Amino acid sequence: MTNESITPGGIGGSSPSGRSTSRRARRAGGGGGGAAALRKVSDGAVNVAVKEPGRFFALCLDTFRAIFKWPFQWREFIEQSWFIVSVTVIPTMLVAIPFGGILSLQVGGLIRQLGAQSYTGATAVVAIVREASPLVTSLLVAGAAGSAMCADIGSRKIREEIDAMEVLGINPLHRLVVPRMFACAFIALFLNGLVSVVGLIGGYVFNVMLQNGTPGAYLASFNAIAQLPDLLQAEFKAFVFGITAGLVAAYKGLNAKGGPKGVGDAVNQTVVITFMLLFVENFIISTLYFQFVPSKGM
Amino acid sequence: MGVEIRVEGLTKSFGRQVIWQDVSLSIPAGEISVLLGPSGTGKSVFLKSLVGLLKPDRGHIYIGDRDLPYLPEHQLYETRKLFGVLFQDGALFGSMNLFDNIAFPLREHTRKTEAEVRRIVLEKMDLVGLMGAEGKLPGEISGGMKKRAGLARALVLDPEILLVDEPDSGLDPVRTAFLNQVFIDLSAQLDCTFLIVTHDINTARTVPDNIGLLYQRHLAMFGPREMLLSSEEPVVRQFLNASKVGPIGMSEEKDASELEAEAKMGLDSGKLPPIPPQQMPSNGLVRRGQHAPGAWCAAHGVTPPPGSFIDELGRNWVDEWPRYVASMQAGQAAGGAGVTPPGGPGFPPPAPGPGGAAY
Ligand SMILES: Nc1ncnc2c1ncn2[C@@H]1O[C@H](COP(=O)(O)OP(=O)(O)OP(=O)(O)O)[C@@H](O)[C@H]1O
Ligand SMILES: [Mg+2]
Repeated sequence: MTNESITPGGIGGSSPSGRSTSRRARRAGGGGGGAAALRKVSDGAVNVAVKEPGRFFALCLDTFRAIFKWPFQWREFIEQSWFIVSVTVIPTMLVAIPFGGILSLQVGGLIRQLGAQSYTGATAVVAIVREASPLVTSLLVAGAAGSAMCADIGSRKIREEIDAMEVLGINPLHRLVVPRMFACAFIALFLNGLVSVVGLIGGYVFNVMLQNGTPGAYLASFNAIAQLPDLLQAEFKAFVFGITAGLVAAYKGLNAKGGPKGVGDAVNQTVVITFMLLFVENFIISTLYFQFVPSKGM
Repeated sequence: MGVEIRVEGLTKSFGRQVIWQDVSLSIPAGEISVLLGPSGTGKSVFLKSLVGLLKPDRGHIYIGDRDLPYLPEHQLYETRKLFGVLFQDGALFGSMNLFDNIAFPLREHTRKTEAEVRRIVLEKMDLVGLMGAEGKLPGEISGGMKKRAGLARALVLDPEILLVDEPDSGLDPVRTAFLNQVFIDLSAQLDCTFLIVTHDINTARTVPDNIGLLYQRHLAMFGPREMLLSSEEPVVRQFLNASKVGPIGMSEEKDASELEAEAKMGLDSGKLPPIPPQQMPSNGLVRRGQHAPGAWCAAHGVTPPPGSFIDELGRNWVDEWPRYVASMQAGQAAGGAGVTPPGGPGFPPPAPGPGGAAY
């Protein structure tokens, strides 16, 4: 590891002749440089479009197989769950309260202008339970849990701990990735519930105290439009988000290279990629939900 | 015990960077082999390929009759249980203390009781001189200690094949000498196949039965110790004598320890230095894999450089060897040591003990 981190890239750094030829090539520069740069760009494009998703998919399949390996790592699962709880619960609540409040203010204001003030409670359900809470959950799962997980696995990778594990005959996917992935999904379920509850309370407080809504109207309209599938689809989303975040973090962590900087890059990419994937998944699941689950009549 | 590793036409590259190509060699069962090469020639990559952590582009690695790069996963994990590996940086699990690190393979792969685990772990920690550091975390110990803890973990399952990446980097010369003795004793005790990667010329000259040299993306030479130490091949000669004279230039980094060894040996004189006698087990055993001193030279009609095989006490080991083996075997029967074995240079000269006097 040391040599790789000290010589960045380290390409051709092995032999004196290799080094001098590369230096000569660089000096020759000019036209060759353009072609090389073009090749680099096209290589990168192929990498992003084909190779990386392919490898990620392979990792997902391997992890799926490792799920059924005996015994399940309960201890690791519980430790990781606890760890994820410890890094996400407080930020989740702190995000959920103003989120609920803001939604109430914005949507409530709009609804009042339209003259349907008694439906503020109903809009809160739609906004918070169906969309906002999975969204907030995904922010925290990707930003807090996924990044921490990727940093952990990535630093194990560059310290060769993963290699050592494999040599000792232990499959790191089974030992490290599967329990983390399930811990992430499991905690995401709870976070989603937490965001819904805290968000609704926040919305209620804002509506009743600041917008002069009546508690009765809030609750009545809430009851009129809320249905169990709303919550179930949100929980389903949260579960899928947790699994996705866990897999992306594992993939990026296990492929970290190039010393501590490599881990930093991996964490960065994990957060960005997880966000994008979660938003796409959120969109797909919401669309399907609206397609297949009828809204409650009023 | 001990398994032969046969490598055929192995090639490895990362992207466009070829690390080495067409490496073919056979590491004999039960013998100690050393792999040398300038920094960055892919020695660590080679070790990782041998345990299937990196997949070569081409070629075969036979462990017994199994072709490692093409094994299905469960067989690969099964085969890896033959190996003990010390990584270049120790590769300890950062979240466990040293005791748990070393106990890890035992707890995973055996059904030993906690008391047995404790006994074995403490025995191995004693062997590498880490007594009293059981409770420390890997982040709290020095580089040399990490190395030794990694070695203890590699040894704990009594492997058939031991791959050791630079056991002596970051270690003081005395500990290096003791560690070399530990390797030799282990080899006598376990009969395992050893492959050591090192930059320490002293180790390379006195410890192994075989030496290999990686240079410029090829295996420059691999063979018995005496063959390489008496070779006139410029690269081999320069490297094994840590000399400035030769094809390897300065754009290759030289370690301080190498420079020191170079100065001490006062080479560059044009003549090959004598072949030192091989270090022998201190535990009164005879290593099965050890060749008789001078046997290779005699068989191939090579005259070893003058002064070869003579130890600090002035004994010529070509003559001494048959008597040594006989006395060792007698000693094993009687339960005592025979002739004092030669230590390598830098190793505290063995005091002529009662066994020697009785001779
Ligand atoms: N995972 C990897 N990806 C890309 N290149 C790598 C990888 N591992 C090693 N290399 C490259 O392979 C070459 C050989 O590395 P290796 O670590 O095997 O050298 P070494 O001979 O062990 O050197 P040293 O004596 O300093 O330990 C280096 O140029 C390094 O940059
Ligand atoms: Mg190395």
